[in-house]
Amino acid sequence: MDEAKKLELQKRACKVRMGILEGVHAAKSGHPGGSLSAADTITYLYFSELKVDPENPKWEERDRFVLSKGHCAPALYAALAERGFFPVEELLSLRHIGAMLQGHPDMKKTPGIDMSTGSLGQGISAACGMALAAKLSKQPYRVYAMLGDGELEEGMVWEAAMFAAHYQLDNLIIVVDNNNLQIDGTLAEVCSPEPVTDKFEAFGWNVVSINGHDFDAIDAAFQQAKAVSGKPSVIVQKTVKGKGVSFMEDNVAWHGSAPNDAQYEQAMQELKAVLNELEGK
Amino acid sequence: MSEKRIATRNSYGETLAELAPEYPDLVVLDADLAGATMTKMFKAACPERFIDCGIAECNMLGIAAGLAASGKKVFASSFAMFAAGRAFEIIRNSIGYPHLPVKICATHAGISVGEDGASHQCCEDIALMRTIPGMTILNPSDDVEARSAIRAIVDFDGPVYVRLGRLAVPVINEGPDYHFELGKGIELRKGKDVTILATGMMVAEALEAASCLEKEGIDARIINIHTIKPIDREIIRKAAEETGLLVTVEEHSVIGGFGSAVADVCAEECPVRIVKIGMNDEFGCSGPALELLKKYGLSAEHIVKAVREAVAKKRLFTES
Repeated sequence: MDEAKKLELQKRACKVRMGILEGVHAAKSGHPGGSLSAADTITYLYFSELKVDPENPKWEERDRFVLSKGHCAPALYAALAERGFFPVEELLSLRHIGAMLQGHPDMKKTPGIDMSTGSLGQGISAACGMALAAKLSKQPYRVYAMLGDGELEEGMVWEAAMFAAHYQLDNLIIVVDNNNLQIDGTLAEVCSPEPVTDKFEAFGWNVVSINGHDFDAIDAAFQQAKAVSGKPSVIVQKTVKGKGVSFMEDNVAWHGSAPNDAQYEQAMQELKAVLNELEGK
Repeated sequence: MSEKRIATRNSYGETLAELAPEYPDLVVLDADLAGATMTKMFKAACPERFIDCGIAECNMLGIAAGLAASGKKVFASSFAMFAAGRAFEIIRNSIGYPHLPVKICATHAGISVGEDGASHQCCEDIALMRTIPGMTILNPSDDVEARSAIRAIVDFDGPVYVRLGRLAVPVINEGPDYHFELGKGIELRKGKDVTILATGMMVAEALEAASCLEKEGIDARIINIHTIKPIDREIIRKAAEETGLLVTVEEHSVIGGFGSAVADVCAEECPVRIVKIGMNDEFGCSGPALELLKKYGLSAEHIVKAVREAVAKKRLFTES
């Protein structure tokens, strides 16, 4: 990836992180930790990978993105707003009564959302259905989905994993956001789905392992995945929960709680400093 | 009523196969039960649009949601126990909440599954599906109605649950006047003493019961309710008002099912006594279907007895 593109993505990702904080702070609830760990890849998807049109969110030939770990909606909303699907100010209404930005993604309310999710394990199945629909209709669009690593504890994920391999859904690329933390602790402390890569390999998938905060690696992973035919791909990305906000990083306490005013100010200052540096100010 | 007996799962499979060439976007899913749900007939007619999801009902309904979100007309089948039961939450969140037009056609509903026993006899599906906002629920009474119902929902823009049976049941709607309309109950017999509201395969039993009751001097109105949600409120209100006594019959638990749906309407529109015939908060057991139906009181004979008692009480009350 050229340096200019990478720099642009880094700036966008920083703005997406700020959008996550703004939304969750305004909502006084939500899931900042996993949203921040997923932010770089979601930014990459919306600014480098997905064929989408903010002016025509239901465009039939668009690529689809399903956020199977639906609780990380703040990251998706921030990316959609940054990409122009709706005004950035909308982020401040997150989780408010009457808002189009629901606690978990709602395809009926929010432009750019391809599938309503929130109940873990279900998004990957819907993504398989979308990929199958493209195959049946001989349409060239691809389907992308992102799952949490804790989400892999849902049995339905593995039903879908079997299905996607059996039907050779090579137009499906899923990302596992492997931040190693879930509500009750680390994966190892709860009920570990590891080794994740071995499991997907055994299920017949093309597996790529990367650092999910490195745009060169993210880009290389998606290009590799798209070149594979005959099987679905999974990108298992090592990430840091809470990435980008010092006191949230790798701290499970920030899975599902919002920062207070002082914490919010500190977080935004940290992100602004990063953005200023990227912008050469 | 003719002597012909046909299982509604057969009507379903044949209708799907007929629809295959008409609807190029029609996709049928099953979970390793195509030979039993009769989606095998569609598979034979159109193998490229038949998708076997294997023994994974939750994933199958998620796949159905994704296909429907991509513009496909999707029918997904399994046994009622595993579609409505096992996959309830997927139906609720991935199909119901986004109001996707997935047609869930669940066969082997009720105790008429027979010998397989309680683990496979789903008497809770109507109750479960009723709670999902925007879900349409159909329970056809025979071959003719099942075919009409399937054709009526192909283009329907919303989720539908269709309850189908394993057992061959009498064909009762062959007459030229038969007309299927979503959400409309059908009065099959006029009557003034009592109204028997029946759904699914219990409609034939109700008709038979009415003939017996007639000989005893009881004039029973018979109403076939094929659409349990949204239910025909007007036909229920009118029946309550004009006959003052309702008896509901379903091959389903009396808790939360068809009888409860009728009671909900009746309580609001015109409160009268309701006798609910169905599975009385108990599990079924193994045995031949027809014997099971008798054992659990889901037969014309039992309906006659229940109606006779209810009418006697009503008359006693009216006279005093």
